[in-house]
Amino acid sequence: MTSKTMRPDDRKYSESHEWAKQDGDAVLVGITDFAVAALSNGNDSDLVYCDLPETGRDLAQGETFGEIESVKAVSDLNSPVAGEVIEVNHKVEEHLEILSRDPWNEGWMIRVKAASKTWASEKLMNAADYEKYLESQKH
Amino acid sequence: MKLTALHDVHDRLGAKLIDFGGWHMPVQYGPILDEVTTVRTKAGLFDLGHMGRVHVTGKDAVRYVDSLATNFCAKIPTTAIRYSLFCRADGNPIDDILLYKEEGGGVFIVVNASNAAADLAWMREHTQGFDVRVHDQTDELGMIAIQGQVSRDVLQKLVEGYDLGQLGYYKFAFATICGIRNMRVSRTGYTGELGYELYVPQRETERVWNALAEAGKPFGVAPIGLGARDILRLEAGMPLYGHEIDATHNPIEAGLNFGVSFAPEKGDWIGRAALERIKANPTQRLIGLTTDGPRVPRQGTPVFRGAEQVGAVASGGVSPTIHKNIASAHVKLGCDQPGLGLEIDFKGKRQACTVQELPFFSRTRK
Repeated sequence: MTSKTMRPDDRKYSESHEWAKQDGDAVLVGITDFAVAALSNGNDSDLVYCDLPETGRDLAQGETFGEIESVKAVSDLNSPVAGEVIEVNHKVEEHLEILSRDPWNEGWMIRVKAASKTWASEKLMNAADYEKYLESQKH
Repeated sequence: MKLTALHDVHDRLGAKLIDFGGWHMPVQYGPILDEVTTVRTKAGLFDLGHMGRVHVTGKDAVRYVDSLATNFCAKIPTTAIRYSLFCRADGNPIDDILLYKEEGGGVFIVVNASNAAADLAWMREHTQGFDVRVHDQTDELGMIAIQGQVSRDVLQKLVEGYDLGQLGYYKFAFATICGIRNMRVSRTGYTGELGYELYVPQRETERVWNALAEAGKPFGVAPIGLGARDILRLEAGMPLYGHEIDATHNPIEAGLNFGVSFAPEKGDWIGRAALERIKANPTQRLIGLTTDGPRVPRQGTPVFRGAEQVGAVASGGVSPTIHKNIASAHVKLGCDQPGLGLEIDFKGKRQACTVQELPFFSRTRK
């Protein structure tokens, strides 16, 4: 299941299955297809709720910025990058099916003004390492 | 992890499997809410191989069960089944169980997978003074349930020489099913629907499952995982050990009085005195909550009335049957009137909910 599609290598990945991608001066944050599949088991109707923060919130790296809920369970959303939330994609909260359809682009959740220009080097994985990490988590 | 006789079947069906009470069990084959709807509109098949099955025999079997279980075993008609519990001296349950009262004086007991080891230890610890044999049949028998409005029509196709229409609610019989003689079949279940549970010789379990799946195909019968099972039983207001009852939540305040007998003729049993005191002076009650909000109540979610926390959620879920998010909750007396508005607290964000009596869903049981 994990090797079905190679994940985009234009961004970094966290162990809790969020991604962060440089976008102009800011950083976009979302969750991976693996996270979506684990929550919904491939059925987008199983996702029931998503709670994202307001703009202006300051986040530390790894800090919980929201929650996503499926029929089965709730999961925290943790920011892979430290900084200020400058924009929120509220469309995702209303239309959770976006996350199943396109977690990489349309499904971005927050835009963060990173506290550090070198955020990408901080404890995050590239696409290849994230693949390996998922493999190692399998059993 | 232990595997049921149907493990390979679930694998082949592409089920998602999880650890449940030490067993590797299917949590879903497809979307959970679709599985709920299948059972409510047609019927579903459940692998219950993980449930513990214990046969108590010997001349004192009934008297022995009456010393441990909360219901009055001697008063159960033979071939009938009753809900009951094993409690500790403090009145809090070790498990909830079903008692099958047999002709000939035996009692067949079905217990939860997660508590089976504790139940057996408890039962064996307390045999002294009784002429009984406690025989764990969990590994000898598979267990399959078929639940839903068409379950009788489907199962009847596999039964020879017995009319399932004769089998009343919470009764059992021994019938020839799939050519297997003397198979225990009971009209029981955990869904609030018409349904049956079969106790199948282990090596025949897969064959019987396949026969049920085949016979059920024209009716739209599908396999159902534990995710849907949990919603079905919550909609039907049925308790799950570890949620509505556990080592700190007694059966009286969970509304399970029907499974607890204080009849003098039953004599003393473990937990009786404590439960009598609780019955005389209860402080909380298990109620249902419905909420129109998007958040799903989960076990432990606090329940508020204004600024005061008045209880906590025992079980919660999405109900595709009544199209609301639902929960069972222990709340203090005075906050348990149906129609009362309360709030569920999700990490500081409140969501309105309304008290209602359990169950959320029921069909007439005839």
